[in-house]
Amino acid sequence: MYLKSSYDIRDKYLRKDMLPTIFCPGCGIGAVLQYTLRAIDELGWSKDEVVWVSGIGCSARVPGFVDFDGLHTTHGRALAFATGIKMANPDLKVIAFMGDGDAAAIGGNHFIHAIRRNLDVTVILINNFTYGMTGGQVAPTALKGLKGTTAPYGNFENPFDIANLAVAAGANYVARWSVFNYLQGINSIKKALQKKGFSLVEFLSQCPISFGRRNKMKTGAELIRWYQKITVPISKAKNMSPEELEGKIVIGEFVDRDRPSLDEEYERYKRRAKEIMGWKE
Amino acid sequence: MKYPFPVGESDFIQGDEAIARAAILAGCRFYAGYPITPASEIFEAMALYMPLVDGVSIQIEDEIGSLAAVIGASWAGAKAMTATSGPGFSLMMENLGYAIMTETPLVLVDVQRSGPSTGQPTLAAQGDVMQAIWGTHGDHSIIVLTPATVQEAFDMTIRAFNLAEKYRTPVVLLTDGEVGHMRERVNIPDPDEIELVYRKLPRNEDEAKYPFRDWDSDGIPPMPVFGKGYHAYVTGLTHDERGRPKTVEAEIHEKLINRIIGKIEKNKDDIIEYETFGLEDAEVAIVSYGIVARSAIRAVKILRKEGIKAGLLKLNVVWPFDFEMIEDIAEQVGKIYVPEMNLGQVYHLVKEGANGKAEVELIPKIGGEIHTPDDIVRAVR
Ligand SMILES: Cc1ncc(C[n+]2csc(CCOP(=O)(O)OP(=O)(O)O)c2C)c(N)n1
Ligand code: SF4
Repeated sequence: MYLKSSYDIRDKYLRKDMLPTIFCPGCGIGAVLQYTLRAIDELGWSKDEVVWVSGIGCSARVPGFVDFDGLHTTHGRALAFATGIKMANPDLKVIAFMGDGDAAAIGGNHFIHAIRRNLDVTVILINNFTYGMTGGQVAPTALKGLKGTTAPYGNFENPFDIANLAVAAGANYVARWSVFNYLQGINSIKKALQKKGFSLVEFLSQCPISFGRRNKMKTGAELIRWYQKITVPISKAKNMSPEELEGKIVIGEFVDRDRPSLDEEYERYKRRAKEIMGWKE
Repeated sequence: MKYPFPVGESDFIQGDEAIARAAILAGCRFYAGYPITPASEIFEAMALYMPLVDGVSIQIEDEIGSLAAVIGASWAGAKAMTATSGPGFSLMMENLGYAIMTETPLVLVDVQRSGPSTGQPTLAAQGDVMQAIWGTHGDHSIIVLTPATVQEAFDMTIRAFNLAEKYRTPVVLLTDGEVGHMRERVNIPDPDEIELVYRKLPRNEDEAKYPFRDWDSDGIPPMPVFGKGYHAYVTGLTHDERGRPKTVEAEIHEKLINRIIGKIEKNKDDIIEYETFGLEDAEVAIVSYGIVARSAIRAVKILRKEGIKAGLLKLNVVWPFDFEMIEDIAEQVGKIYVPEMNLGQVYHLVKEGANGKAEVELIPKIGGEIHTPDDIVRAVR
């Protein structure tokens, strides 16, 4: 892969009048946005055929900064909106940019059902273990013991493993990386974008302002170092015991398969309906 | 175009079925829903017809998602609809506000049942009027239509789509379990004779760049469709004319909200539709809407036979509301009665309209039964 300069990517894809972004210094969202734009650029996709959808949160602000059609919707509902966009016009390529609270808490039901249907959408998920925009409450991904403003004594709930949840619900492609794994990240997004059906690339992303501060990691760099420490590649994890994996997060490609997507199934369904009703095409 | 039901002739069908057929004739090609009594038959009819006319009918995981999908489909260029009843309608409120704020044309059918909560699922009521008008948060306006017969359910569904497209706004078709489940003879016109309205699209690059600017001074900006190279950004946040978020500027918020409200309120004459029976020389007036208006017509006839000069104003649209017309009626009659299948919802609007010029009395009825003509006659007598 040849890496173009970031300025080229910025000039080609960002809305200049929307800059600067709302993201805090050290935040990982901008990096993941850059990976996504690089993937689109390498695929040579036209800006006219891609629609970005999001819910509410810091991560959800991304469609505002990119020069594409974009729908910034209600908290947690991005994938339900995406269902309407994709089914009304299957020619459109749909990217959903989501936060972990957005996707897995308020939007958890839409998330699993969009995957069950195998909606043809690529989800780029920012997992920062927290609700960044509202100031650092615990997210459903927060590991036990992590602090948030709504669990000031340390999280007492079990976390969701979003990538595994997506695999179980039936996604066609699932990968998880930390923001540090940028080459793998870009490659995964490229694969995900080209995949028919539901694809998810989850990023462990640093939120120094709302999350790090409360968990003794004040800078983005400290958070990245922490991610390096707690992540384990999937190949290595296979040979580790549950005890060894306690408190660790597995990264890598979780699944890559080709089940038919929702729009493909619906095309077939329409033909079946016409056949059953004796309507000749 | 071939239709999966008879067109250009009459049929004997349920209100819910009539709504589904009318939607298809109005050009609706996307339906998303979640089953609920007494609205499910709309979904079931759409499920039967949509694949045959190359439209989409899909069962979403809940009502929040249903309206979300409908909004998405509308931005992808489709005429789109969902239908629900009380509890589902409540779940849709946040996204209804989103549709108002982003000026998304769509039709939302609420086949009212009795509540609050799960209440009486199989029985009719008129308890959602206030929710339809004011249910979502913040300042806004909306269009709410109220059919009384199966034929009206059919006709008003087509009108709902036309108003939604014309004013670039969500339209609520507020019917009830009685109209929804009742079978009546419906005249289904020849599709060529149905006048259809389509949303204004950007006519040039400038208009595409400013999808929230009032280019024609009618309050209704042309709406870019996704996938056509407009690169439109749509947000429920307060936005400027380009659609860029502007969340703390008072003037921008004020201008946007006033335009969104204004495009409906300033076009009241075009939107509001009503019928009158014997109101010309009336000394008492009855204001009614939906299923109850049918009992009210009968009540007027009985009262007139008894020598009481009664007249009826039947509202086909409960929002926007013609407060001035009510004041005119109040000046003419001594008393206005408002029979409703609730404990007073349109009653409050009528009272405000009457402005003290006439006494306004509610004739409430709850529990799932419609007012008999006698209920109304006894109250007026
Ligand atoms: C219905 C609703 N509930 C709550 C909120 C408030 N809210 C805004 S963003 C947010 C959480 C965002 O967290 P996450 O999805 O993890 O994204 P991040 O900001 O961390 O990127 C919440 C709860 C809202 N906007 N709407
Ligand atoms: S609050 Fe956190 S997630 Fe939001 S922009 Fe700041 S650093 Fe990023």
